[in-house]
Amino acid sequence: MGESGCGKSTTAYAALRYLPANGRITGGKALIDGTDVTHLKTGELQRLRATRVSMVYQDPGAALNPSIRIGPQVEEAFTVLGHSDARSRALAALDHVRISDPRRVMARYPHQLSGGMQQRVVIAMALACDPQLLVLDEPTTGLDATVEAEVLDLIQALRTEMGAALLLIGHNLGVIRKMCDRVGVMYAGRLVEEGPAEAIFREPRHPYTVGLLRCVPRLGSRKEDHRLETIPGFLPQIGESLPACVFVDRCPIATEVCRTEPPPAVPVGQGRFSLCHHTDRIAAIPAPAAEASAPRAAQAAAPVLSLEGVSKTFKQAGHNVYALAGIDLELRAGETLGLVGESGSGKTTLAKTILGIHAPDEGGVMTLKGERLPGTVAERGREEKRSIQIVFQNPDSALNRSHTVRGILMRSLKKLAGLAGQAAEERLETLGQHVRLSSRHLDMRPRQLSGGLKQRVAIARAFAGSPRIVVCDEPTSALDVSVQAAILNLLADLQRDEGSSYVFISHDLNVVRYLSDRIAVLYLGRLMEVGPAATVFDPPHHPYTEALLSAVPRVDGEPTDRIRLEGEIPSAAAPPAGCVFHTRCPRRIPGLCDVDEPDLKEVEPGHLMRCHISVEELRRVQAKVVEPAEA
Amino acid sequence: MVRFIARRVALALVTLLLLSVIVFAISNILPQDVGRSILGPFAPAPEVAALNHRLGTDKPLLDQYAKLLKGMVTFNFGESYQTGQPVGDLIKSTLQNSAKLAFLAFLLTVPLGILGGVVAALKQGTLVDRVIVMLGLAGSSIPEFVTGTFLVVILGLELHLLPTLADWPPGSNIFQQMHYLLMPALALVLVYFGYIARMARAGTIVALESDYTRTAVMKGLSRATVIRRHVLRNALLPTISVIATQTGYLFGGLLAVELIFNVNGLGRLLVTAAKAKDLPVLQAGVLVIGIIYMIATLLADILISWLNPRVRLGAED
Ligand SMILES: Nc1ncnc2c1ncn2[C@@H]1O[C@H](COP(=O)(O)OP(=O)(O)O)[C@@H](O)[C@H]1O
Ligand code: SF4
Ligand code: SF4
Ligand SMILES: [Mg+2]
Repeated sequence: MGESGCGKSTTAYAALRYLPANGRITGGKALIDGTDVTHLKTGELQRLRATRVSMVYQDPGAALNPSIRIGPQVEEAFTVLGHSDARSRALAALDHVRISDPRRVMARYPHQLSGGMQQRVVIAMALACDPQLLVLDEPTTGLDATVEAEVLDLIQALRTEMGAALLLIGHNLGVIRKMCDRVGVMYAGRLVEEGPAEAIFREPRHPYTVGLLRCVPRLGSRKEDHRLETIPGFLPQIGESLPACVFVDRCPIATEVCRTEPPPAVPVGQGRFSLCHHTDRIAAIPAPAAEASAPRAAQAAAPVLSLEGVSKTFKQAGHNVYALAGIDLELRAGETLGLVGESGSGKTTLAKTILGIHAPDEGGVMTLKGERLPGTVAERGREEKRSIQIVFQNPDSALNRSHTVRGILMRSLKKLAGLAGQAAEERLETLGQHVRLSSRHLDMRPRQLSGGLKQRVAIARAFAGSPRIVVCDEPTSALDVSVQAAILNLLADLQRDEGSSYVFISHDLNVVRYLSDRIAVLYLGRLMEVGPAATVFDPPHHPYTEALLSAVPRVDGEPTDRIRLEGEIPSAAAPPAGCVFHTRCPRRIPGLCDVDEPDLKEVEPGHLMRCHISVEELRRVQAKVVEPAEA
Repeated sequence: MVRFIARRVALALVTLLLLSVIVFAISNILPQDVGRSILGPFAPAPEVAALNHRLGTDKPLLDQYAKLLKGMVTFNFGESYQTGQPVGDLIKSTLQNSAKLAFLAFLLTVPLGILGGVVAALKQGTLVDRVIVMLGLAGSSIPEFVTGTFLVVILGLELHLLPTLADWPPGSNIFQQMHYLLMPALALVLVYFGYIARMARAGTIVALESDYTRTAVMKGLSRATVIRRHVLRNALLPTISVIATQTGYLFGGLLAVELIFNVNGLGRLLVTAAKAKDLPVLQAGVLVIGIIYMIATLLADILISWLNPRVRLGAED
């Protein structure tokens, strides 16, 4: 594990000798089952890849050939081994990775499958040769939490079955903790700490590992309790001459010797080492300040935005797709409303409807500060547009690459705040300070900035007109944990200073929990549960929320009796009758749930739930699950 | 797929109608009095009027446009002002020659260009790559008349390998005609080779660096299999679409080459008709080129969507 760019993938690819055209192995050995890969001839290397090592990649959509059907692609992995019955073996392989209708899947093209399915196909191909070594490069990054949990379960099950060694690359510490026996932490192309996973997570012995573990919001941590730790500074640039200890510029306990002498690999326990001069001073790293990053939003604050009976139906190839169905929701002044649900549940559609990117169906009413809000941006006035802004997952799509950061922000100031000349300059200065962009950054173009800095620009742009509402759609999903922590702190600070309300979408429930005051859980376009964050995260939960929460891989170790959701989210073109969740609900009541759709009822003050089971009953059955202590 | 094609055909028809309006409008703005401009400033007025009447150029504009449309449908555009021959026949015979030339050039350029591009990509950064890229660049940046002249001097006058003019004796069979057309075709090849090679090279490089190629390599497939099964198909998709949608580009070169080598083709016909203000020929010629261009684009779109499952099947599920 380690932040992006620290050399994880390069290490793995070097071990399998798949290097980019400008890459070369300059020294050392890579032994796979005793064979030194660095000296293999082309034919031997092919043989090795065909028979003994396999790989699963980060983006399964790109890893499959877009113009060949799944069947032939999987069969190929068997024909290369000389099997003549490749087709039946491919069928069996797909069956093995729990694809329910392999025959049908074989006839499809990759783009016709969901991300989770695509990854299963890739895994099926990887397992074709019964490998001794399976390299997984961020296999679940970009997948939903529930899909991620399923894919990880699958990998774990297959691993016990096949006895392959796994090399798992990840930047999600929860995933690493859940899956791994041993952990290596990389920084700037070096392995800075290595040892048994439990030991490293419990008691890290390298300052970088300590920093990484403190960046992630733990289960149950909240912005009103403490700020998130960050690791200040940046990974050394490629080509820069490296200091003796590569981490020295970001290390809180660095001393003079760290600049003059490269640290040795210090043994720090059974099978453990840490590349640090001061492994004995780890305890001296200052603990996170217990300073609250933002006050809790007042529960009784007036709503800035309210939605009543908002639905959205898309027409697609003659079908109706019911993306949103009768949403009633309020967003209060200064609060963060977390929006959670699997992909396909309608989070982004709801966000886009609020933004006016598409109009809701007839009958839905949106109200902004007491006044009716027109459905589309085209009908909205400048004031209304200024009031509602968005921050995307991918800042590139929002930033014009040909302009400098200054130009981008000036335009927004002019368009949204109506500022020009001196006034705009001044506001730009404060805006830049608020999001911590230096004037050097202001003169750069987006492509010269790192992901985290780009996201700061996107946030500054959204805040140019002092918006009342900012919709954040997965704003930190593409970022490393330390950068994510900084962005989350920034969002909390801006909210405290500007009093804006957030609609915050993320598939990382710990992040949602950290930032949100209230949480709304969506499934197939319906609100299943709405309530204060603590209430939603603590039992009693709606059965869907319960399943979502139990899928979260935890940095603090794991309750093992996870609830597994069967199958994938049904199509919004044909939502199930009765409770839309009944097809996957582990607690469904036959004869009732598949017939009657329950209403969204207030079960406790401010806590709404859509379920036939009474809240008392849910409290009783869910109390059995032992909740881990808060971190 | 069927709906896709139907939509594209409808769109092509609309474009064609639009083209006819534009052609008609332009040709009616230029010469005010067709009879006068043909017979010259000193011809007596009644004669001019009589000619205008015979040509139909004294009729209301709407009638003249209707006649043009009718001509389009029945392929009857009246007679040439210059020679009095039916325009349809003129177009037909010259079009045949142009088509032969274009076909020959196409047949030579596309495989050569694709081969060159793919080889350059596979040998990226080596001498072979650089030579192919330079050749292509040189070919497409030197104008046709220069390359054409070079070919004439070297292959025709010095080495006596090929005839220098494409004026084959009447009654030649198709192979003899091809022999005469080979030099003009080569001139075209020189121009378009670089263009196609560049596309093929870029497409191949993208495919080589793609994740699915990585998957194929990691499966332990041989390099040849990886390239044949995984790289080429995806690499050539954008190339084919560019080749097909850029047929219009080919016409420009065709025109110049026909003039240099004296090919009795559509390009040359158009140039002479323009000089002589021979309206029916001009109109019909431009329309025919428009139609060909549209058919080529249509076929290209259909081919591309057929090759690309994402377009063919839609992404609805
Ligand atoms: N083909 C390449 N050319 C130049 N630099 C590269 C190339 N591939 C990776 N790098 C650099 O090597 C470093 C390690 O990258 P990588 O192994 O992808 O890290 P990780 O997988 O940990 O995110 C990064 O700084 C990256 O920019
Ligand atoms: S060697 Fe020094 S600078 Fe490097 S990690 Fe250890 S204490 Fe920090
Ligand atoms: S109503 Fe029934 S199916 Fe729906 S969530 Fe409640 S128990 Fe599950
Ligand atoms: Mg990586």
